[in-house]
Amino acid sequence: MSDMVLMKGNEAIAEAAIKAGCRHYFGYPITPQTEVAAYMAKRMPKIGGTFLQAESKVAAINMVIGVASTGKRVMTSSSSPGISLKSEGISYLAGCDLPALIVNVQRGGPGLGGIQPSQSDYWQAVKGGSHGDFRNIVLAPASVQEMASLTVKGFELADKYRMVSMILADGTMGQMMEPVSLDLESTYTAEKPWAVTGTKGGRQHNIVNSLFLQPEELEKKVFERYERYALVEKNEVMYEEYLMDDAEISVVAFGITSRVAKNAINVAREKGMKVGLIRPITLWPFPKDVLLKAADKCKAFISVEMNMGQMIEDVELAIKCRKPVYLCSRTGGMIPSPEEVLAKIEEVNEKEA
Amino acid sequence: MAVVFQKPKSLTDAVLHYCPGCTHGIIHRLVAEVIDELGIEGKTIGVAPVGCSVMAYNYFTVDFVQAAHGRAPAVATGVKRSDPENIVFTYQGDGDLAAIGTAETVHAAARRENITVIFVNNAIYGMTGGQMAPTTLPGQVTQTSPYGRDTASVGFPVKVCEMLQNVDGAAYLERVAVNNVKNIRNAKKAIKKAFQNQIDGKGFSLVEVLSTCPTNWGMSPEKALTWLEDNMIPYYPLGVYKDITAEEEAE
Repeated sequence: MSDMVLMKGNEAIAEAAIKAGCRHYFGYPITPQTEVAAYMAKRMPKIGGTFLQAESKVAAINMVIGVASTGKRVMTSSSSPGISLKSEGISYLAGCDLPALIVNVQRGGPGLGGIQPSQSDYWQAVKGGSHGDFRNIVLAPASVQEMASLTVKGFELADKYRMVSMILADGTMGQMMEPVSLDLESTYTAEKPWAVTGTKGGRQHNIVNSLFLQPEELEKKVFERYERYALVEKNEVMYEEYLMDDAEISVVAFGITSRVAKNAINVAREKGMKVGLIRPITLWPFPKDVLLKAADKCKAFISVEMNMGQMIEDVELAIKCRKPVYLCSRTGGMIPSPEEVLAKIEEVNEKEA
Repeated sequence: MAVVFQKPKSLTDAVLHYCPGCTHGIIHRLVAEVIDELGIEGKTIGVAPVGCSVMAYNYFTVDFVQAAHGRAPAVATGVKRSDPENIVFTYQGDGDLAAIGTAETVHAAARRENITVIFVNNAIYGMTGGQMAPTTLPGQVTQTSPYGRDTASVGFPVKVCEMLQNVDGAAYLERVAVNNVKNIRNAKKAIKKAFQNQIDGKGFSLVEVLSTCPTNWGMSPEKALTWLEDNMIPYYPLGVYKDITAEEEAE
């Protein structure tokens, strides 16, 4: 077994990014993700990389666009209000087909909201969150180890499909410390003949651009992009199933709430209730097929979230509304307790008996 | 037969989309001539703004990135930091640089980011059809200041060189105009210095070029040149506003 170190989730993301070959980080302080920037500020100058604290979140994402245009791995991180500011740049990244990694360590909203953990940017993350027809790959870690491993994976997927990978974490995942193995590397490299590196006098100029004034041309670009998105949906779905073999009730939860849900499920099992968990690891592409299959044998679903019910809509769509879907949620920075989730499981178990 | 005049190598054969009499064509040419003369075509990367010059990427033979409105200096920062050996310039209008992108402009200067900024000031938003710009003169009539810019209500024009003069990080700031041959020659000298500074690692160099917009000013190209001379130059005096190399030499 490789050496384990005790680290905050935010720091694990930063170190994993370096392991993945990222040498350019642009950020701006915001709670609860600032440790990513602080870690990068310490490490990047020692390894010949760039750490730059931008004048705004808007500037940071545009610096990301600059490096991404040159074909190098690059990232930024922020928390909810900051991601809103970056959303213009995220649309441009999509429109220019540029790979980049963006980390959202979510806090409660809307507006300035609070600084406690939340999952209320689910819609913003998985539905694009900015203007235009596009998708982002959205990865939802549920441990500090996954904060690290999904960071590496995120860079690879971004390069492979020329799109944004977003790590959708939350304040808990960012702040908590767990043992983590940093024995990580990225073996995938993509050719980037489109990058602006200077023509060196040897080729036609490359143009990184999202402007297409002829509607036929723009439509074609979007169609091409959606062909790539279809491949992502086909090839890159990730999820975890827990005690689903004989489950009659399926809890669906991602990130920190999936861990709360597991505790509740264990107690429910002791009490004889047949409950399991489906944990989407990719929120987009959403694990639709596994949910639809579960709908054949499960009586009901419970979506456990830290928001007013956002993922629940994707659960309903995935199972084509064949079975009832209940919501168990807290919001505003509150985390549902295992007891609350257990109570909901018991309620649903009784109702659907 | 000796060739005495030809298109710069760094300009493509694409037909410019600019209106008749617009001075963007002159400024594009000056930038291309400088790129040719410095022999940096193969390692130059341009960053295009949102505005009339949004499609500058079609006109230069160098690699190009098209940035969101006002964000060119931030995008250029990323491009430059990725490979400091490359020569990176932005080409921005007044709305882009001095309104929506003010923060990016000031902070790229404050960081002494080693990039070259070509700032085209024609006192109006051209692309969207002639609205008031941050640099529209007091009293100037535009689509969104139909009774003339009323400073009591909408405030005063932003003087970019004067503003950046007080930013320690700015290395070179000069305001030029392209309304006559003499001024065009000076403009080229300034643009060349702004690129040479980057090659020499001097840092943030900005050339503000007073330019005309006959279409949206509602004037003939010739009258527009006169209007620039009579109205813009008095408000935006030409000259060097900052030059750290000259300061170093003086010391």
